Amino acid sequence: MDARIGVVTFPGSLDDADAARAIRIAGATPVALWHGDANLHDVDAVVLPGGFSYGDYLRCGAIAKFAPVMSLIIEKAQVGLPVLGICNGFQILCESHLLPGALTRNDHQHFICRDQKLRIESTETLWTTDFAPGQEIIIPLKNGEGGFVASEAILDELFAENRVIATYLDGNPNGSYRDIAGISNKAGNVVGLMPHPEHAVEELTGPTTDGIPFFTSVLKSLVGAS
Amino acid sequence: MARVVVNVALKPEILDPQGRAVQGALGRLGLTGVSDVRQGKQFIIDLDGELEGDRAGLMEKLAGELLSNPVIEDFTLTVEN
Repeated sequence: MDARIGVVTFPGSLDDADAARAIRIAGATPVALWHGDANLHDVDAVVLPGGFSYGDYLRCGAIAKFAPVMSLIIEKAQVGLPVLGICNGFQILCESHLLPGALTRNDHQHFICRDQKLRIESTETLWTTDFAPGQEIIIPLKNGEGGFVASEAILDELFAENRVIATYLDGNPNGSYRDIAGISNKAGNVVGLMPHPEHAVEELTGPTTDGIPFFTSVLKSLVGAS
Repeated sequence: MARVVVNVALKPEILDPQGRAVQGALGRLGLTGVSDVRQGKQFIIDLDGELEGDRAGLMEKLAGELLSNPVIEDFTLTVEN
C-alpha cells in the first residue's frame, strides 16, 4: 500500500523538508500540506514539523492552532487520525488542547541544541510500536521553549495511563516536569515530542538513525487498518 | 470607541525564567530588596463603537482562548468605553 503522510508547512516552519525526507525513508509518500489548505488531500496521517510557526508570536503554536488546515486536523485527530507533533508541532498540539499541558521557556533561559539521549517509555502509541520498551535512543534536540509543564494531577494521570512516551536521560535539557520529552493523547494516535526524530534518519546527516521507528511505527498501524 | 486592555501573566506556580533574569539584572544595577519579578504581556485593543452584547462576550472568550493559554496563564480584562 502507498501510505500518504501529510507534513504541514506554516509560515515559519523549519523542519518540514526533513520530516518529508524521514517519511520517504520510512517507506511512505510525504504530502505537502499548506497552513491555508481547506482539505487534507486524503492523507492517512499528519506530521506537524518543528520551526517557528508565525514567528512564535504571542505564544509558540498559539496562532498556528487557528490555521484553516489545523481545524481539519483537530477534528480528524479526535476520531483517530494519527498525528505526530515535533517540537513546534508539540507546542501546537498543546495549544490546540489535543494534548494536555504546555511548553514553556527553558528553565535555564538558553536555547539548547545537542544530541539528546531519551528512554522510550511507551510503545503503545501509533508512533512508537517499533521501539522496544525501555529502549534508549539518541536524537537531536533544539529548543528555547521546551519545558513541559502540567498540573500534578495531569502528570500523575499521564504516567498512570502510560501516556509519557519518552523521558530525558543524562540531564534534563529544559526543565520539563518529571523529565518528560513526549506524551500521547488517551487514544494513542496523537503524539507530541520535543526532540527531533526526523533529524536522525540517515547516518550521513544525523547522530544515529534512531528516529526512523517513529515513522515506520505509524505505517504498520495504517497497513493494519487497511 | 472602546479601549480594551488585557493583561496576561503566568500563573504563580509556573516558573518565569524571563522574570528571574530581570530580577537578577535589577539587583546587579543596584536595586536592593527585589523579592520577585514576574513578566507578563499587555494587549491594548481599540474598537469602533461601544463594547457590549455579543461582542463583549466574544472579546472575553478570545482573551481566554487566543491572548492567553489557560493551562499556564491568567488574564484580566478591563474596558474603557
